[in-house]
Amino acid sequence: MSEAAGAPRRLRVFLETRRTDSWWAFQLFTLLVLTAFVAYATQRVFVDAHYEWGPYLSPFYSPVLFGDSRHALFGPKPEWWPSWAPFSPALLILAIPAGFRFTCYYYRGAYYKAFWADPPACAVGEPGLRGRRFRGEHRWPLILQNVHRYFLYLSVVVVGFLAYDVYLATQFEDGFGIGVGTVLFAVNIVLIAGYTFGCHSMRHLLGGRRDVLPKSAIGRACYQGCSRLNRRHMLFAWLSLFTVWSCDVYVRLLSMGVIRDIRIL
Amino acid sequence: MTAHPTRRVTLRIWRGDRNDGRFVDYVADVDEGMVVLDAVHLVQATQAPDLAVRWNCKAGKCGSCSAEVNGMPRLMCMTRIDQLPADEPITVEPMAAFPLVRDLVTDVRWNYEVKKKIRPFRPRKPDAADGTWRMDQEDVDRVQEFRKCIECFLCQNVCHVLRDHDKHAEFIGPRFFVYAAALEMHPLDTEDRLADLRHRDGIGYCNITKCCTVVCPEHITITDNAIIPLKERVADRFYDPIRRALRVLFGD
Repeated sequence: MSEAAGAPRRLRVFLETRRTDSWWAFQLFTLLVLTAFVAYATQRVFVDAHYEWGPYLSPFYSPVLFGDSRHALFGPKPEWWPSWAPFSPALLILAIPAGFRFTCYYYRGAYYKAFWADPPACAVGEPGLRGRRFRGEHRWPLILQNVHRYFLYLSVVVVGFLAYDVYLATQFEDGFGIGVGTVLFAVNIVLIAGYTFGCHSMRHLLGGRRDVLPKSAIGRACYQGCSRLNRRHMLFAWLSLFTVWSCDVYVRLLSMGVIRDIRIL
Repeated sequence: MTAHPTRRVTLRIWRGDRNDGRFVDYVADVDEGMVVLDAVHLVQATQAPDLAVRWNCKAGKCGSCSAEVNGMPRLMCMTRIDQLPADEPITVEPMAAFPLVRDLVTDVRWNYEVKKKIRPFRPRKPDAADGTWRMDQEDVDRVQEFRKCIECFLCQNVCHVLRDHDKHAEFIGPRFFVYAAALEMHPLDTEDRLADLRHRDGIGYCNITKCCTVVCPEHITITDNAIIPLKERVADRFYDPIRRALRVLFGD
C-alpha cells in the first residue's frame, strides 16, 4: 500500500478527468467539422453564382425562390430587395436547414460539448466559472431551442424540393441520363430524408405525444419507421451533412469549370 | 485443475471521508475474469479491512456498487479488469454527484426524496366488465424499457447538471425523468406531470449530452426514449403557440 499523489475528489478544474480513453477525439472532430461547415456555408450563402450546372441545382440554394436561374419559382431578384444588401437565393432558403440542424436534439448535445464545453465530455471537468449559474435550456436564450419543430415542418417542404431536384438531375439536354452528380444527389436525398424523418420532433408528432400509439396500419408504420430512423439519428446527421456539402462543392466546381461531370448513363 | 493466469494490477482507491481524503495505491494479483469489485474485495480482505464499499448482488442487478472506474461512472461488479488498460493504475473512486460517507460509499438518499415527489400512477377507470383494463402490447412495450432501471444512480452521477452545477434543488436528474416517463407515457395513467416537469423538476436544464445513456448498465435509451419525448410534451404544452391554439379550439 502506498499513498498516491493527492488529488481533489470533486473535479472542478476545466478538462480535468481521470478518464483514460481518448474522450477528446470525437469532440475535436465535431469542433473541426462543424466549424469548417459553418465557415463554408456562411461564405457560400452570399455567393449569387455557381449554384447550378446542367441539370444540377445545389441543395444549398434549393428551392430557388428568386434569382437568375431557370429553377427560380417566382422570377428574378425582386425589385423590393434593398440595393445595398447582398443577394443570393441561398440567403432566402438556407436558414431553414441551418435552423433545423442548429436546433436538432443531436447537434445540440454535440455542439454544447464541443463548442461550449458544457460539459467537454462525459465526466470531464467544466469551466468552473459557470457553477450554479448554469441555465441549460430552462431559461433564455436556449429555451428558444423549442422552436425545433417549426424548423422541422419547413424542412419537410425543403426535402420535397430536394427530391424533385434528384428527378431534375436526370434530365440532361439530350434526355434522360445519370451522371456522378445524379448519384450524389440521390444519395444525398436518401440521407437527408433519413435525417429529417428520423427527427425526435417528427417521432413526437407521429405518435410519441400520445400514450396510445397509432392503431391504423399507416400510422403504426410511420411511427415505427420514424423510431427506426431515430435510432440512427446521429449517423444520418453526420452523413447527410457531408453529402449536402459534397453536392454543393460538386456543382460549384462544375459550374466554375474546374471539374467535368462524368455520365454513367 | 488448470491454473488461471494472474495479473498484477495497481488499484488506486479513494480513501477518506467528507473532510479529508486521498488516493491510496494497492497492488493485487487478480485472476482471469475478475471484475473491479472482486479486486476491491481482495484488497479489503488482505490489505485494507476498513475499506468501505457498498455491494450486494455482484450481478449487475442491485445497483449498489456504483463508483467511478478510471474516471467513468460504472458498476464495479460489471467492469472486467482485463478490459482496462494493463499498464497503468486502475482508479476507483466514489460517485462525485453525491455526498461522501466514506471511501467508496456515497449518500444517495437525495434520490429517494426526489422520487417521493413525483406524482404516482393514477389509472383510468377499468374498462372491462371484469373490472380490469385492456391495453395493447405495443403501448406497454414503450414504457417497459424504463422499468429495467436498477436505480444504480450512475446516470445521476454523470449528469453534469448535478455533477458540476449542483442543481439538486431544481433538477431531478435522468433517473427520475425515466421514472416520470414510465408513468406519464403509460396507456392507463391519467395523471398530468408536465407542469411539474417544466417548473419543479427542471427538465429544461437537460442539454442532451446523452451521458446518462452512455453509462446506463441496463442500456436504457434514457435521452432519446424518455427525456426528449418528455421535453417534446412539455414543448407542446408550454412553448408551441400553434398547439396551444389547436388545444383551445378543439380540446386535447
